[in-house]
Amino acid sequence: MIKILFFAGLQEEIDSDSLMMESAEATVQEVKRYVQSIYPNVDLQQVIAAVNEEFSNGDDIVKSGDIIAFLPPVSGG
Amino acid sequence: MKAELFSIVDNPIIVDDVIQQVQSVNAGAITVFIGTVRELTNGKRTLYLEYQAYESMAVKKLAEIGEEIKSKWPGTIAAITHRVGRLEISDVAVVIAVSSPHRKEAYEANEYAIERIKEMVPIWKKEYWEDGTKWIGDQLQKVSYE
Repeated sequence: MIKILFFAGLQEEIDSDSLMMESAEATVQEVKRYVQSIYPNVDLQQVIAAVNEEFSNGDDIVKSGDIIAFLPPVSGG
Repeated sequence: MKAELFSIVDNPIIVDDVIQQVQSVNAGAITVFIGTVRELTNGKRTLYLEYQAYESMAVKKLAEIGEEIKSKWPGTIAAITHRVGRLEISDVAVVIAVSSPHRKEAYEANEYAIERIKEMVPIWKKEYWEDGTKWIGDQLQKVSYE
Protein backbone atom coordinates (compact mmCIF):
# COMPACT_ATOMS: atom_id res chain seq x y z
CA MET A 1 0.00 0.00 0.00
CA ILE A 2 1.24 3.43 -0.96
CA LYS A 3 -0.09 6.42 0.96
CA ILE A 4 -0.82 9.54 -1.08
CA LEU A 5 -1.18 12.94 0.63
CA PHE A 6 -2.83 16.08 -0.76
CA PHE A 7 -2.37 19.67 0.37
CA ALA A 8 -3.76 23.18 -0.05
CA GLY A 9 -5.97 23.75 -3.10
CA LEU A 10 -5.53 20.18 -4.25
CA GLN A 11 -6.81 18.87 -0.91
CA GLU A 12 -9.92 21.05 -1.28
CA GLU A 13 -10.57 20.05 -4.88
CA ILE A 14 -10.30 16.37 -4.04
CA ASP A 15 -12.11 16.93 -0.75
CA SER A 16 -9.74 14.58 1.06
CA ASP A 17 -6.24 14.81 2.51
CA SER A 18 -5.14 11.29 1.56
CA LEU A 19 -5.70 8.23 -0.59
CA MET A 20 -4.33 4.68 -0.49
CA MET A 21 -3.02 2.93 -3.61
CA GLU A 22 -2.88 -0.85 -3.63
CA SER A 23 0.49 -1.40 -5.20
CA ALA A 24 3.81 -2.89 -4.16
CA GLU A 25 5.77 -0.56 -6.38
CA ALA A 26 5.09 2.24 -8.83
CA THR A 27 6.85 5.20 -10.36
CA VAL A 28 5.82 8.71 -9.33
CA GLN A 29 4.33 9.11 -12.80
CA GLU A 30 2.21 5.98 -12.33
CA VAL A 31 0.93 7.22 -8.97
CA LYS A 32 0.02 10.50 -10.64
CA ARG A 33 -1.89 8.65 -13.36
CA TYR A 34 -3.69 6.61 -10.71
CA VAL A 35 -4.82 9.79 -8.92
CA GLN A 36 -5.82 11.30 -12.25
CA SER A 37 -7.93 8.23 -13.08
CA ILE A 38 -9.86 8.61 -9.81
CA TYR A 39 -10.14 12.39 -10.04
CA PRO A 40 -10.20 13.13 -13.79
CA ASN A 41 -11.10 16.79 -13.30
CA VAL A 42 -8.20 17.67 -11.04
CA ASP A 43 -5.27 19.51 -12.61
CA LEU A 44 -1.99 17.89 -11.58
CA GLN A 45 0.22 19.81 -14.04
CA GLN A 46 1.82 22.14 -11.50
CA VAL A 47 1.93 19.56 -8.76
CA ILE A 48 5.33 18.47 -7.46
CA ALA A 49 5.61 15.08 -5.78
CA ALA A 50 7.61 14.41 -2.63
CA VAL A 51 8.44 10.83 -1.72
CA ASN A 52 9.10 10.29 1.98
CA GLU A 53 9.50 14.06 2.41
CA GLU A 54 12.02 14.52 -0.42
CA PHE A 55 11.29 16.22 -3.76
CA SER A 56 11.19 13.66 -6.55
CA ASN A 57 10.79 13.40 -10.28
CA GLY A 58 8.54 11.25 -12.41
CA ASP A 59 10.88 8.29 -12.71
CA ASP A 60 11.45 7.83 -8.99
CA ILE A 61 10.12 4.62 -7.51
CA VAL A 62 7.54 4.55 -4.75
CA LYS A 63 7.30 1.35 -2.72
CA SER A 64 4.63 -0.09 -0.45
CA GLY A 65 4.85 1.70 2.89
CA ASP A 66 6.18 4.89 1.32
CA ILE A 67 4.35 8.19 1.57
CA ILE A 68 4.00 10.29 -1.56
CA ALA A 69 2.78 13.84 -1.14
CA PHE A 70 1.33 15.92 -3.97
CA LEU A 71 2.39 19.51 -3.43
CA PRO A 72 0.89 22.45 -5.27
CA PRO A 73 3.44 25.27 -5.77
CA VAL A 74 4.50 26.44 -2.31
CA SER A 75 4.31 29.86 -0.76
CA GLY A 76 5.71 30.16 2.71
CA GLY A 77 6.70 33.44 4.27
CA MET B 1 12.03 25.78 27.55
CA LYS B 2 14.56 25.36 24.73
CA ALA B 3 12.64 25.51 21.49
CA GLU B 4 13.79 23.88 18.27
CA LEU B 5 15.81 26.00 15.83
CA PHE B 6 13.40 25.15 13.03
CA SER B 7 9.74 24.79 13.79
CA ILE B 8 6.16 25.09 12.61
CA VAL B 9 3.76 26.36 15.27
CA ASP B 10 0.03 26.97 15.38
CA ASN B 11 0.06 29.68 18.01
CA PRO B 12 1.46 33.24 18.02
CA ILE B 13 5.24 33.44 17.52
CA ILE B 14 7.17 35.17 20.29
CA VAL B 15 9.90 36.98 18.36
CA ASP B 16 12.25 37.14 21.31
CA ASP B 17 12.20 33.35 21.68
CA VAL B 18 13.51 32.97 18.12
CA ILE B 19 16.24 35.55 18.74
CA GLN B 20 17.35 33.78 21.90
CA GLN B 21 17.96 30.58 19.95
CA VAL B 22 20.74 32.16 17.88
CA GLN B 23 22.42 34.11 20.65
CA SER B 24 26.09 33.29 21.00
CA VAL B 25 29.18 34.83 22.60
CA ASN B 26 30.73 34.73 19.12
CA ALA B 27 27.96 36.85 17.62
CA GLY B 28 28.54 40.49 16.83
CA ALA B 29 25.22 40.84 15.03
CA ILE B 30 21.76 39.30 14.94
CA THR B 31 19.37 40.10 12.09
CA VAL B 32 15.68 39.38 12.48
CA PHE B 33 13.16 39.14 9.66
CA ILE B 34 9.50 39.27 10.65
CA GLY B 35 7.02 38.35 7.93
CA THR B 36 3.58 39.80 8.69
CA VAL B 37 0.13 39.57 7.16
CA ARG B 38 -0.52 42.44 4.75
CA GLU B 39 -3.98 43.92 4.33
CA LEU B 40 -3.72 45.27 0.77
CA THR B 41 -2.16 43.53 -2.22
CA ASN B 42 -2.55 45.37 -5.51
CA GLY B 43 -5.57 47.15 -4.09
CA LYS B 44 -7.29 43.97 -2.95
CA ARG B 45 -8.24 43.81 0.72
CA THR B 46 -7.37 40.67 2.64
CA LEU B 47 -9.67 39.84 5.54
CA TYR B 48 -7.45 37.10 6.99
CA LEU B 49 -5.16 34.29 5.89
CA GLU B 50 -4.90 30.61 6.50
CA TYR B 51 -1.53 28.88 6.30
CA GLN B 52 -1.18 25.15 5.87
CA ALA B 53 2.04 23.11 6.03
CA TYR B 54 3.16 19.58 5.28
CA GLU B 55 4.61 19.84 8.72
CA SER B 56 7.13 17.01 8.94
CA MET B 57 8.61 17.87 5.55
CA ALA B 58 8.51 21.61 6.23
CA VAL B 59 10.56 21.23 9.43
CA LYS B 60 13.06 19.07 7.56
CA LYS B 61 13.38 21.61 4.74
CA LEU B 62 13.78 24.51 7.18
CA ALA B 63 16.63 22.60 8.83
CA GLU B 64 18.19 22.06 5.38
CA ILE B 65 18.10 25.82 4.80
CA GLY B 66 19.89 26.20 8.14
CA GLU B 67 22.59 23.79 6.93
CA GLU B 68 22.94 25.66 3.63
CA ILE B 69 23.40 28.91 5.53
CA LYS B 70 25.99 27.37 7.81
CA SER B 71 28.10 26.20 4.88
CA LYS B 72 27.71 29.41 2.85
CA TRP B 73 28.41 31.74 5.78
CA PRO B 74 30.54 29.86 8.31
CA GLY B 75 30.05 30.99 11.88
CA THR B 76 26.39 31.91 11.44
CA ILE B 77 23.50 30.36 13.36
CA ALA B 78 19.98 30.50 11.94
CA ALA B 79 16.58 29.86 13.53
CA ILE B 80 13.26 29.89 11.70
CA THR B 81 9.73 29.63 13.10
CA HIS B 82 6.72 29.62 10.77
CA ARG B 83 3.15 29.83 11.97
CA VAL B 84 0.20 27.95 10.44
CA GLY B 85 -3.57 28.19 10.84
CA ARG B 86 -5.69 31.33 10.72
CA LEU B 87 -3.77 34.62 10.86
CA GLU B 88 -5.24 38.10 11.08
CA ILE B 89 -3.88 41.30 9.48
CA SER B 90 -0.51 42.28 11.04
CA ASP B 91 -0.04 38.88 12.67
CA VAL B 92 3.47 37.44 12.48
CA ALA B 93 3.64 34.55 9.99
CA VAL B 94 7.36 33.84 10.03
CA VAL B 95 10.41 34.88 12.04
CA ILE B 96 13.98 34.31 10.86
CA ALA B 97 16.88 35.13 13.17
CA VAL B 98 20.51 34.84 12.09
CA SER B 99 23.53 35.56 14.26
CA SER B 100 27.07 35.96 12.96
CA PRO B 101 30.39 37.43 14.09
CA HIS B 102 29.92 40.37 11.66
CA ARG B 103 26.76 42.05 10.41
CA LYS B 104 27.14 41.58 6.65
CA GLU B 105 26.80 37.80 6.85
CA ALA B 106 23.80 38.08 9.15
CA TYR B 107 21.98 40.33 6.66
CA GLU B 108 22.85 38.21 3.63
CA ALA B 109 22.01 34.91 5.25
CA ASN B 110 18.70 36.23 6.51
CA GLU B 111 17.54 37.31 3.05
CA TYR B 112 18.74 34.01 1.61
CA ALA B 113 16.60 32.16 4.15
CA ILE B 114 13.30 33.79 3.15
CA GLU B 115 13.98 33.28 -0.55
CA ARG B 116 14.72 29.60 0.03
CA ILE B 117 11.60 29.20 2.18
CA LYS B 118 9.50 30.36 -0.76
CA GLU B 119 11.29 27.93 -3.05
CA MET B 120 11.42 24.72 -1.10
CA VAL B 121 9.33 24.62 2.06
CA PRO B 122 5.86 23.07 1.67
CA ILE B 123 3.75 25.82 3.22
CA TRP B 124 0.73 27.33 1.50
CA LYS B 125 -1.45 30.31 2.24
CA LYS B 126 -5.08 30.81 1.50
CA GLU B 127 -6.29 34.36 1.04
CA TYR B 128 -9.75 35.25 2.31
CA TRP B 129 -11.14 38.31 0.56
CA GLU B 130 -14.54 39.96 0.79
CA ASP B 131 -15.49 38.40 -2.54
CA GLY B 132 -13.83 35.02 -2.37
CA THR B 133 -10.81 32.90 -1.52
CA LYS B 134 -7.72 31.61 -3.26
CA TRP B 135 -4.71 29.45 -2.47
CA ILE B 136 -1.61 31.43 -3.33
CA GLY B 137 1.53 29.82 -4.64
CA ASP B 138 3.71 32.72 -5.63
CA GLN B 139 6.92 30.71 -5.85
CA LEU B 140 6.42 29.84 -9.51
CA GLN B 141 4.23 32.90 -10.02
CA LYS B 142 1.66 30.71 -11.66
CA VAL B 143 -1.05 31.84 -9.30
CA SER B 144 -0.98 35.58 -8.89
CA TYR B 145 -3.07 38.05 -6.99
CA GLU B 146 -5.83 39.32 -9.24
